Amino acid sequence: MTKRVLIIEDEPNIIEAISFILSRDGWSVDTHSNGHDAVAVVLMRAPDLVILDVMLPGRSGYDILTDLRAQPETRDLPVLILTARGQARDRELAEKAGASHFMTKPFSNADVIEALNALVAQ
Amino acid sequence: MTDTMTDKASPLFLERRSYRQRRLMDAARLLPVLAALLWLVPLLWPRSAAQAEAAGAATVTSSSAILYIFGVWTLLAVIAFVLSLTMDIKPDTPTDRGL
Amino acid sequence: MATLNILIAVCLTYVALLFAVAFMAERAALQGRGNWLRSPWIYTLSLSVYCTAWTFYGAVGYAARSGLEYVTIYLGPSLVMVGWWWALRKMVRIGRTQRITSVADLISSRYGKSGLLAVCVTLLAVIGITPYISLQLQSVTLSFSSFATSDPGGIALMESHDTALWVAIGLALFTILFGTRNLDANERHHGVVMAIAVEAVVKLCALIAVGVFVVWGVAGGIGPMMERIDASEIGTWQMDGGRWVGLTFLSAAAFLTLPRMFQVLVVENEDERHLRTAAWAFPTYLMLMSLFVVPIAVVGLDLMPAGSNPDQFVLTVPLTQGQEGLAMLSFLGGFSSATSMVIVAAIALSTMVSNHIVMPIFLRLTQGGAGGPSDVRHVVIMARRLSIGLVLALGYLYYKISGGGTALAAIGLVSFAGLAQLLPAMMGGIFWRGATRNGAFAGLVVGFVLWTYCLLLPQFGNGLPPSVLEQGPWGIGWLRPQALFGIEGVDPLLHAVMWSLSLNTAFFILVSLVSFPSPLERLQGAQFVNIFERSGNPQSWKGGIAQSEDLMIMAQRILGPAEVQAFFQSEAARQGLAGFLPEPSPDFLARLERELSGAVGGATAHAMVAQIMGAASVSVEDLLAVADETAQMMEYSSQLEAKSNELTRTARQLRAANDKLTQLSVQKDAFLSQISHELRTPMTSIRAFSEILRDAEGLKPEDLTRYASIIHAEAIRLTRLLDDLLDLSVLENGQVSLNLRDGRLSDVIAHAIAAAGSDMHPLRVRRVGPAEGIFLTTDLDRLAQVFINLIANAQKYCDAPRPELTIAVTRREGRILVDFIDNGAGIPPESQGMIFEKFYRISDRQAGGAGLGLAICREIMDRLGGTLGYLPGQGGAAFRVSLPVAQRMAAQ
Repeated sequence: MTKRVLIIEDEPNIIEAISFILSRDGWSVDTHSNGHDAVAVVLMRAPDLVILDVMLPGRSGYDILTDLRAQPETRDLPVLILTARGQARDRELAEKAGASHFMTKPFSNADVIEALNALVAQ
Repeated sequence: MTDTMTDKASPLFLERRSYRQRRLMDAARLLPVLAALLWLVPLLWPRSAAQAEAAGAATVTSSSAILYIFGVWTLLAVIAFVLSLTMDIKPDTPTDRGL
Repeated sequence: MATLNILIAVCLTYVALLFAVAFMAERAALQGRGNWLRSPWIYTLSLSVYCTAWTFYGAVGYAARSGLEYVTIYLGPSLVMVGWWWALRKMVRIGRTQRITSVADLISSRYGKSGLLAVCVTLLAVIGITPYISLQLQSVTLSFSSFATSDPGGIALMESHDTALWVAIGLALFTILFGTRNLDANERHHGVVMAIAVEAVVKLCALIAVGVFVVWGVAGGIGPMMERIDASEIGTWQMDGGRWVGLTFLSAAAFLTLPRMFQVLVVENEDERHLRTAAWAFPTYLMLMSLFVVPIAVVGLDLMPAGSNPDQFVLTVPLTQGQEGLAMLSFLGGFSSATSMVIVAAIALSTMVSNHIVMPIFLRLTQGGAGGPSDVRHVVIMARRLSIGLVLALGYLYYKISGGGTALAAIGLVSFAGLAQLLPAMMGGIFWRGATRNGAFAGLVVGFVLWTYCLLLPQFGNGLPPSVLEQGPWGIGWLRPQALFGIEGVDPLLHAVMWSLSLNTAFFILVSLVSFPSPLERLQGAQFVNIFERSGNPQSWKGGIAQSEDLMIMAQRILGPAEVQAFFQSEAARQGLAGFLPEPSPDFLARLERELSGAVGGATAHAMVAQIMGAASVSVEDLLAVADETAQMMEYSSQLEAKSNELTRTARQLRAANDKLTQLSVQKDAFLSQISHELRTPMTSIRAFSEILRDAEGLKPEDLTRYASIIHAEAIRLTRLLDDLLDLSVLENGQVSLNLRDGRLSDVIAHAIAAAGSDMHPLRVRRVGPAEGIFLTTDLDRLAQVFINLIANAQKYCDAPRPELTIAVTRREGRILVDFIDNGAGIPPESQGMIFEKFYRISDRQAGGAGLGLAICREIMDRLGGTLGYLPGQGGAAFRVSLPVAQRMAAQ
């Protein structure tokens, strides 16, 4: 069965690239592009996996993640943090907020698919 | 009003020029008093022939009253003029401190 | 007929001349050429508004009836002027340092900026002065009819036209035109003062000319004149001692308290030293004005038929002697006396009415300075204009109702007595620290009631029923208005003056002694009484969380944007801060309040600042400062204060510098991470799509093109970012070479508007100002780059439903200012200091930029010798580009 992934990201070109490679790999892709109502959207769509950007309009990805981890429905939802800020401190922040995996932009398409498959397999 | 306040603060002896300035200010303060006194003199003049007789003096004619009042007036203007020439006030410094 | 027509023609020419004089004086003052306007002579001459038509015509009539008594009206002011060192010097100093606008403002400011007192004084002044104004209208009408009677056709003409109405309308026009031209913080009216000085010369010359004619032309020299005087019915000294002293005192008091005298003595005073000249020159003027009064009266009594009006002798004596030219001059003298009084009185009263009655009501209705719908400045000026119209209308109405009869002639002294009621509160206020608001209020009310009851109502016949006059109200004998407490046989005027002023003073002192002043009153009292010892500010405002920007918005609407921006900028600089917003320190607020009070009066200014600051708060330190005022303490603490001010300033500068450094260091940290983020984002798309292109087989041709073009666009974005970074670094290192060219500012703006793609964008661009005529020699491309950036910012960030950008060009003090003002939400105060920093974005909103635009613009303006800054308080985001005059070539 197809796994459903939700991409929360504000750069339209990046959304398009990820959507393309994931759908080609057999994923069903949903997208959302602002931080305000991201938590509500996740709860509503109930995806199998979330790709989350950090610098979103309205709300930081870390805050969204912290909120998701506080909800019983999404406590164990696999979340991949995908950010253009690649310093060590950013990684720490992501782990503290409860990220399942952390990747920096730019990424290799193959790595993304590999990471996602690893996450859903767990 | 300020004389007592600044006794301690101001020096005992002032330079000749400042001393002169202080006395000129005193004169400026006294001038209206002098004016008032001089213009009160007409109160002493008899008001009617009867009063004049009682006082043993003649009634005062209007012409001499005019001469007196306008004479005092001119005198005051001249004194005020002389004072204004010799006194220098600086608008932004407190000039009336001390004696 | 001919004479009257000539008279009217002369009169109109004279009025036109006055308009021209006033206009030229205003022009000269505006262009800074007005040094001669500020001479002590002009000041002295302007004081002659004291000599109204009542004195010009009336003095002769007065002398014909009561001999030398008329001089008392001039002796009082002479005493006050000669004694200027006592009271006037202090009043002028207080008026100048506290920006006092009127008598009402003086009294209200002294007693804790009390609105109630201001209203009381204003009402008293309006009631006291209105009949006086109608007296002036009457005198002009009478003098016209004096001419008309000698001219058969004239009477008909007089009857068909309402002279008083035309005079009132003309005066209202003049006063509105020159009395409310500007809402100057100092409330000075150069044009009006100049016109009055001219009128002063005219009336003095006229009276002296008639006098010389009478003494040498009719009587035949000084000796015969004196004999003639002694032989006349006023030939002996018959003065009542009480009236001699009482009237002198009354005129002295009125000289200090009449609103029009306060206006010329204090408000229009340019320099305290002018008093020194006026001290002897004005008594001389008064002496000359009264010198020929008795001769004219005596000759008039001899020559004129019995029963003719002695008030018109100045006119009718030359007329009967066939001296029409002299009569004409004399008419102009009387006309001058009447008009100058009405003009200044109307200005003074309208200032009081608008500042203390209209403005407080307006502010209450519009919920204060910050929230009202329109420019308060216009409201103030409109209020002034309406008040002037109202005052003159009242004067005219009074004239009509009273029938213009002889009852009016007595109003001069009645009016003096009314205004003299202000004397205790005024003198007590500036000489006695213990005087309180309640005391002043009690004294004023008692004095006012007694004046009305004992003088005003009985004077105007129908005011009181005869039974009250004869037996007292309800038959209580000791309450008879002209014999209070059973003291009979005193002259009614003296009786009223004595009782009203002494009870006024008694209540003032007693209530002051038993009541306790509020802290603000005590501060103001100390300020006023010790005006020569300290010129510090009343420390009435404390910190609080005042919003400087709110204050600025409010002040702009009263004083006008240019003045307020300059004021705020200099205040910020005084505190060691850059930009337009100083911290709301007590010093700054006190100075702002004083600026405002110059326009709307002390009580209103205080209320307006209070509305923004929250409650008026006076702290314990302030009270201590008031209590510890020995001379030594003052000396010592002023030194300490200077030091601690210096320290505070340094500390504030250091704090500001430190805050900025901390912020910059945080930014510096963020800088790498920012650059990395900005570079990585486009790079991500490029990498992802190039991998897609590489790996994916069987892509549709249109996808292929699409992905390639995304890669292309992102590569361009990356290049632009690198260009910006490079540009900025070149500008910052000063390595940039400028390409100087000549051009027109309007072309640069037009180019920028076009390049920003304005026609495609909903943002409407409005251009204001004389950009056409301004030629520049500068790097036009760089300047255009700045403009484009500012326009593009407005396109991106202006969030109004119908976005609009105003580009306003002004020239000020040798600089060209180009303001870009949009109608959006503006930039929050906490961000205003940061927007010119690199990578700073107000929100996370992705608007395409990397946050380098404004930083680059500021660097460019720096290179071009200009500045770029944020202009707060304009209703939206507003940026000001300022170019130095050196950039401007000679305008064509």
